[in-house]
Amino acid sequence: MHLGDDFRDPERAERLLSVLTRRLMPGRTYRLMEFCGGHTHALCQSGLLDRLPEPVQMIHGPGCPVCVLPIGRLQQAIDLATERQVILCSYGDMLRVPGRGRQSLLLARSVGADVRVVYGTAEALTVARKHPERQVVFLAVGFETTTPMTAAAVQQAKAEGLRNFSVLCNHVLTPAALRGLLATASDQVLVDGFIGPGHVSTLIGSAAFAPLVREYGKPIVITGFEPIDLLAAVLHLVEQLNGDRAELQNDFARAVTSEGSRRAQALVAEVMELRESFEWRGLGHIPNSALRLRPEYVEFDAEQRFSLSTPQIPDHRACRCPEVLRGGCRPTDCSVFGTACTPDTPLGSCMVSPEGACAAYYLHGRSRLSVLPHAPTPPTSA
Amino acid sequence: MPRHRLRPLDLRHGFVELPQGSGGRATTQLIEELFGRHFHSPQLSTGHDAGTLPSVRGRLAVSTDCFVVSPLFFPGGCIGDLAVHGSLNDVAMAGAQPLALTVGFVLEEGFPLADLDRIAEAMAKACARAGVPIVSGDTKVVERGKADGVFVCTTCVGSIPDGVHISPEHARPSDVILVSGPVGDHGVAILSQREGVAFDCDVISDSAALHTLVSAMVETEPDLHVLRDPTRGGVAAALNEIATQAQVGMRLQESAIPVRSAVRAACELLGLDPLHLACEGRLLAICRAESAQRVLTTMNAHPLGAQAAIIGEVTSDPQFFVEMQTPYGGRRILDWPAGEQLPRIC
Repeated sequence: MHLGDDFRDPERAERLLSVLTRRLMPGRTYRLMEFCGGHTHALCQSGLLDRLPEPVQMIHGPGCPVCVLPIGRLQQAIDLATERQVILCSYGDMLRVPGRGRQSLLLARSVGADVRVVYGTAEALTVARKHPERQVVFLAVGFETTTPMTAAAVQQAKAEGLRNFSVLCNHVLTPAALRGLLATASDQVLVDGFIGPGHVSTLIGSAAFAPLVREYGKPIVITGFEPIDLLAAVLHLVEQLNGDRAELQNDFARAVTSEGSRRAQALVAEVMELRESFEWRGLGHIPNSALRLRPEYVEFDAEQRFSLSTPQIPDHRACRCPEVLRGGCRPTDCSVFGTACTPDTPLGSCMVSPEGACAAYYLHGRSRLSVLPHAPTPPTSA
Repeated sequence: MPRHRLRPLDLRHGFVELPQGSGGRATTQLIEELFGRHFHSPQLSTGHDAGTLPSVRGRLAVSTDCFVVSPLFFPGGCIGDLAVHGSLNDVAMAGAQPLALTVGFVLEEGFPLADLDRIAEAMAKACARAGVPIVSGDTKVVERGKADGVFVCTTCVGSIPDGVHISPEHARPSDVILVSGPVGDHGVAILSQREGVAFDCDVISDSAALHTLVSAMVETEPDLHVLRDPTRGGVAAALNEIATQAQVGMRLQESAIPVRSAVRAACELLGLDPLHLACEGRLLAICRAESAQRVLTTMNAHPLGAQAAIIGEVTSDPQFFVEMQTPYGGRRILDWPAGEQLPRIC
């Protein structure tokens, strides 16, 4: 039996939904943001967004690493691959993200750049070992979940004296982003409470969010990615809000501890340090919100090795990704959603990664379902 | 007829060499000493380029398919039997009984002859199991770096029984949609062997020839409306194609679609949807609601349809959406897969 089965039980989901409906205070609206793109995806895929009672409004947050990377930083990677002829290793999600003038890593590869999809940093190291005569750059993106792997690869490269390997480090920090969102966007977007990220919290620990709860007085419930996890988190947020409470609650105790993974944290701290400021797509510059390699590892820092500057490239004029990322509008509010901008022809980053709110809406057809009458339950097999 | 010309091929340690594709003696040697060990049919033994077939009654179905799968060998099969099953199944999806196959090889210089021998052997065994001969073939060799080991192209020809008219545009609202077994096995089996992703799992490819299952189904219900094998793009692409071709919608019951738990777990790990993954030995069938139960019983009685299930129905929808009812009472659209999810799975 799969561990997740308990957390997918449709009957349990029904019971939770009916408890949730009973708990709602008449006339009150609950505006809840799921920070993490994985949660957005799960809400759409399970169809739970259809089932939440109307007063519960989910606002989709910026927790998709592909989506928050500014175009200029992606362009650095494209330029490295095309102009400096490096072997550029990247996670597959990044390949179709449009850069300057609709360039992309995928397009760069089709005209001869050496761009390789890897599933982990170990694979990028293997490429570097195989091609000692070429420069190999790993495009490192992601929240705290992928950072330890990058740190481990850099350490390994140093231990092996792998001189042709470097990392374009774009690792970002979740609590800082949440802080940025609360500090800058709270006047535009009213969020009553947050569903906190599950996987990220396994690494950094639930306690990392405690200061935010204290400072901003909004409840955060950390949870997993199964339908039951999400429904329980929504219920617990509603209960806190009804009681005028703002607490940090860990509903994902099967994976998340208060302090997180000390080992991973130590590894990251050994190799990386805070950037004073980092630009996030949609959220602007947020202080202390990203990591770079420490001076001891500078030889593995692609920004230093290739003396890169970060070009400032504006978003496509019609693209409303920045607002979507702040929860300021829904994907379907954007005029190019589903027309000029689709997962096959993305204009903005939120349409590329399945964790992006636009892609999640498009792939699971939320915009298109809305034009259909609600269908009766079809007959099923015996 | 011994001919003294070249050293015998070293089928254990040898490699494909450029001259073997040049049409000269080396080509003949490769064909005789390697392919000739495995492929036997009256047509091949004549030595003509064209294989001839006896005349048949009724309409013919022809399909051609190219295979560039990576890795070449995977749990449950290899590029060889995959190439045989692929074209056989395409013909079977027209309700036809396959009669003969042709095969083309594009070999990369330096490819191990031992691997080529294994591939040819797997093809021959798949043909023998299916009872369909290879009647013509071709081999080309390209320079090292210009291909990836071996590419295989197969063409299959088959005959369609009288009264059988299976075609995607025949899907009608209120028809019932069936699937012959758990989906996504082939995609996961391939992925589990990929460099950089490799993981331990006990999923093997479902690669299989489906024509005997089809013939049992056609016997039960000659008026089957649509058959489709959900290969590239999986069930999602196959049903969207049919919906567009027939200008209908579909409504599926997500919990009714069989997916092995190991496939589901692997998909979760890799962020994939099992309904986007290729199958190479499964079929989707669409038939009248009145005959659905009979067709299902027939499928369940066949080894390749033991886990067949009814998964939904055809609807009338001007926008041709394939819609899913989730186990939680919500709805979502099952869209075409976007981008390159899994390159080179077949």
